[in-house]
Order: sequence, then C-alpha cells, then structure tokens
Amino acid sequence: MSSETGTSTQAPGSVDRSVLERVRSELRGNPLTLAGALIVTGLAAVAIVGPVLTPYDPTTQELANRLQSPSLAHPLGTDQLGRDVMTRLVYGARISLGIAIAVTAIRVVIGTTVGLVAGYAGGWVDEALMRLVDVQLAFPGLVLALVVAGILGPSLRNVMLALAVVGWATYARVVRGSVLSVKEREYVHAAKLVGTPPRRIARRHLLPNVINPVIVLATLNLGTVVLATAGLSFIGLGAQPPTPEWGTMLAGGRNYLRSAWWLVNAPGVAIVLTVLGFNLLGDGLRDLLDPRQQSRLEEV
Amino acid sequence: MISTNFLAYRLATALIVLFGVSVLTFGLIYLTPGDPAETVLIQQTDQQPSQEAVDAFRAEHGLNDPIPLQYVDWVAGVFQGDIGQSYYSDRPVSEMIVQHAPATVELAVAAMVVALLIAIPTGVLSAIHRGERLDVACQLGALVGVSMPNFWLGYLLIIVFSLHLGLFPVSGSGGLENLVLPAVALGTGMAAIVTRLVRTAMLEELDRAYVDAVRSKGLGERIVIYKHALRNALIPVVTVVGLQFGFVLNGAVVIEIVFQRPGLGTLLVDAIFARDYPVVQGVVLVTAVAFVLTNLLVDLSYRYLDPRIRLGGVSA
Repeated sequence: MSSETGTSTQAPGSVDRSVLERVRSELRGNPLTLAGALIVTGLAAVAIVGPVLTPYDPTTQELANRLQSPSLAHPLGTDQLGRDVMTRLVYGARISLGIAIAVTAIRVVIGTTVGLVAGYAGGWVDEALMRLVDVQLAFPGLVLALVVAGILGPSLRNVMLALAVVGWATYARVVRGSVLSVKEREYVHAAKLVGTPPRRIARRHLLPNVINPVIVLATLNLGTVVLATAGLSFIGLGAQPPTPEWGTMLAGGRNYLRSAWWLVNAPGVAIVLTVLGFNLLGDGLRDLLDPRQQSRLEEV
Repeated sequence: MISTNFLAYRLATALIVLFGVSVLTFGLIYLTPGDPAETVLIQQTDQQPSQEAVDAFRAEHGLNDPIPLQYVDWVAGVFQGDIGQSYYSDRPVSEMIVQHAPATVELAVAAMVVALLIAIPTGVLSAIHRGERLDVACQLGALVGVSMPNFWLGYLLIIVFSLHLGLFPVSGSGGLENLVLPAVALGTGMAAIVTRLVRTAMLEELDRAYVDAVRSKGLGERIVIYKHALRNALIPVVTVVGLQFGFVLNGAVVIEIVFQRPGLGTLLVDAIFARDYPVVQGVVLVTAVAFVLTNLLVDLSYRYLDPRIRLGGVSA
C-alpha cells in the first residue's frame, strides 16, 4: 500500500510547489502565454457577468434604430433589426464558451476512456477500438459534423452532439500512446503483482500519467470547437435566429457588407480573439505540462 | 524500401477503414428523427404525406428491404459506379458529383499553392531569425492565422478587394479572377499550420552537420539556406501539405458558401437542407474515400522518402 501511493504521486507537496513555480516562470517568461491566460479569463468574466453590464436585450427588435453605426450609446452599432451588437456579442460569449466546454468535456471523457481501455487491454480489443478511431479520423471532421447535425435537424443542441461524437478520436490515440509507454513501468507491474484490480490501476497509475497531454489537447480543442460551432451556425445548421450566436450574427451581416461593415466584423473579431486566447494558453500549457513536447521544442 | 509486412498491414487497415466508412455513410440517414421517407416527403411537399405516398416512396427507393440488404445493394451499386439518384431531380448522384468536383479541386489546389507561397518564406525567415522579434512576430502571425474563421476572412477580402478596390468579383466561378479571393481565404489558415512546420523543419536542417560542412567550403549563407537546407526541409513539409487535404475539404464547404461557388461543398449543404439523402451519402462517401486514399499514399510515400521514419518501425 505504501509503495503504491509513493510511486504514483511522487511526494505530493513538492510537486505542487514546483508546479506553481513553473506556472509563474512560464507566465513571466512567455508574454504570449500570459496574453492567452488574460484573454480567456476576460472572456469567462464577460460570459458570466457581462449581461448584467449591458442595458439592452439581445433579441428585442427596435426597427427605428436599425443599422446604426458605432456610437456612444451603441459602441459596436446596431444590426438589421435594431439590436445592440455589443450586447449580442456578450450573450454570444456565453453560448460559445458553454458549447466549447460541453463538447470538449464529452470528447475528453469518451476519448480518454477508449484510449485507456485500448492501451491497457491490448490484443483484439485494442485493434478493434483503434480501427474505430481510424474510421472516425477518415472523415474530414467538419464535413461529418455538418452532415450529422444537418440530418438530426438544425439546432445548437444537435451541433453540440455532432461535434462531440466526431471529435474524440484524437484523445483516444494520444491516451493510448501514453498508456502503452507507461504500462510496462515497474510500479505498474508491482501494483499488478500485489493484486490491484485493473480498474484501480487505470485510475491510480495510468490516468495521472496520461492526463497532461489531454489537458493541453483539450485547451487547444476549446478553440477549435468555437470555430466549428460558429462555422456550422454560419452555414445555418446551428443556432437559429434570433439567438445571439457569433456565427449566426456573421451570417446575418452578409447582406450589409457595404452599408454596415461592423455586422460581420464584430463577431469575426470576437471569434478570432477567443480562439487565439485558447491557442496561446494551450501552447503555454504544452511547455509546462508536456515535457516530451517541451524538450522537442527546445531541441529545435 | 518499405517492408512488405508494413505495406500489407497498411493496406489491410485501409480496407477495414473503408468498410467502416461505407457502413457509417450508409447509416447516416437513419439518424433522421422519425421515418426517413416521411421526413423527406414532408420536406418536399411541405405537408403531412398520406400513408400511400410514404409507401410508394419507400417502394420506389427500396426502403422496404431489411436494412442490411439495403446496405449490400448500395455497396454493390457503388462498385458499379452507381451511388444512387437524387430524390429531387432523379439525376444520378455520380453525375452531380462529377459536375461539382472540378470547382472544389480547383479551389483546393489554388489554396495549397497560396499556403505554400505564404508559408515557405515566413517559415524560413522565422527559422533564420530564431528567437528574435521577427521570429516571434511570424509565429504570432501564424497563430492568428490558425485562429481566424475562414468565412470571416472571406468577407474581409470581399469588403476590401471587391467592394472598395473593385479588383475582384464578389462571387461566382470560372475564371482566375473568381479563384483568387477564395483561394487566399482558404489558403491563409493552412499557411499558418505550414509555416510552423517549415520553421521546425528548417531549424532541424540548419542544425545538421552537413550545413556546417557546406558553410566551411565557403559557400554564401544564402546558398546554404536556400539550396541545401530548404530543399531537405521541404520533404516533410510537402508531405504534410498533402495530409491537409481534409482540412481543405472542411474549409472548402464554408468558403464555397461565402463566395457562392458551385462546388462539392455547396452541393452537400444544399442536399442536407433539402434532405436529399442519396446526394448527401454520395458526397460524404467520395470525400471520405478520397481522404483515406490520400492519407494512405502520403503515409507510404513519406516512409519511402524518409529513411528516419522507415527505421522507426510501425506505429499503428
């Protein structure tokens, strides 16, 4: 029992301290990571408290005020139905972040489970699960998500489902790879010898070792999901008007490119900033958490 | 050379994957909430169809057979080049695909060219000035490129180059002038990925002993970089650009809608909204098969070209 906890967590106290230090030095040494962290924190704050700060409603139409250019009352102007664009962006942050988190969480759970089972079980189970992964990766992701969402019927919920079921394969691959590299280590053999049940070995010994690449992948994935959700909504398969979703807003502005340039550009900038934030943060986390990747980066 | 074992393994798995792809593609229409025949008829006529109409539709399109039999029929048809007929126009799906594919292929190739034109100089500059401000700027630029929704970039290009400068048409297809903006919109995101790759590959090459050897012969830095290092660095780069095929297809769907180009993407989206299932299945099948075959070819050629990978063994 003592050997088991000792090997799997390696003196918890010291790990915590050194992790904090490394986080601090990463944020100090790499302004890009800091920028990413700030963008993501800011967005989360906007999504949580933002609606309180704006005096307008995101869906109430005020046709007398339609297509007004940016002003003090409407910092980002109003849209074709007289709604405040800034307000709609703020409510949209809620939708985008919510969906990104939900989709990524489902992907992580499915992918990690499949990867753990495949890597640990080996044999025909591994072979079968990995072929399933191959099949999923054989489709261009957005095309498959688009078809699944379209056939289920256009709605934000179906976009979420579609993106979740087509995106877990990468996690399964990464986790399986890590499991394969860990499972032959001595402490895993030791745990097996003392009769630890497989479920417990997976949870106590394998999972902690595969979690870091998963965290990095998930952070980068949050950005991809924001892009994909906006793209599917833009096509008309996701959020339906009047929902203040960024992709839907952009699609609504396409007939006003000349007269009201802010209609496509405001949501465009919001999407870029969000995705950039996740990408910067993800790159920083990779330096911190995924030492193999880190050494590769230093090497080159 | 590639070992026969590996070749056999890779071909076998590709076949299994293609089988899975066909099952999944065929099964897609059964995701329809409710009865597919009824849903299609509601979509077509905008009213609740009579039971006779539903039965007639099922009979006409072979939807009464047990599902496994329908699948076998469908696959047998595919092998004879028959992927069904549109529910609307009764045109063969294969004919519609052949008609729409050139616009997409044209866009894909042009986007890849744009991506390489942007990525090679940026990646090389970044590598030469590694760690300096220019390098950080290039890398940040690449990151912004990856983060950019290409449909928004499309509209930005239209606003600037079509509406304000009047240099290119807003939409349409055919001539070169119709290809430039979509190719740039689609190629930029890919350029961002390829830039990182060029940078990494260049740094690896510049670290190698032969570079010092060439330098010590007194050749100018320019020749060292462009003639020797870049040439070697481009091998993995070109391969990975081939692997971006799926990325290009993903992007092409959206870009074709932005620029109203009549390609596979618009065909697919129109078919989805119209619930024209045979067309949806056909386009999905063709893109997935093309994707699987490209990946197979890229994987094999990569191993053939790069001895380091060949020695690395099979990583299934």
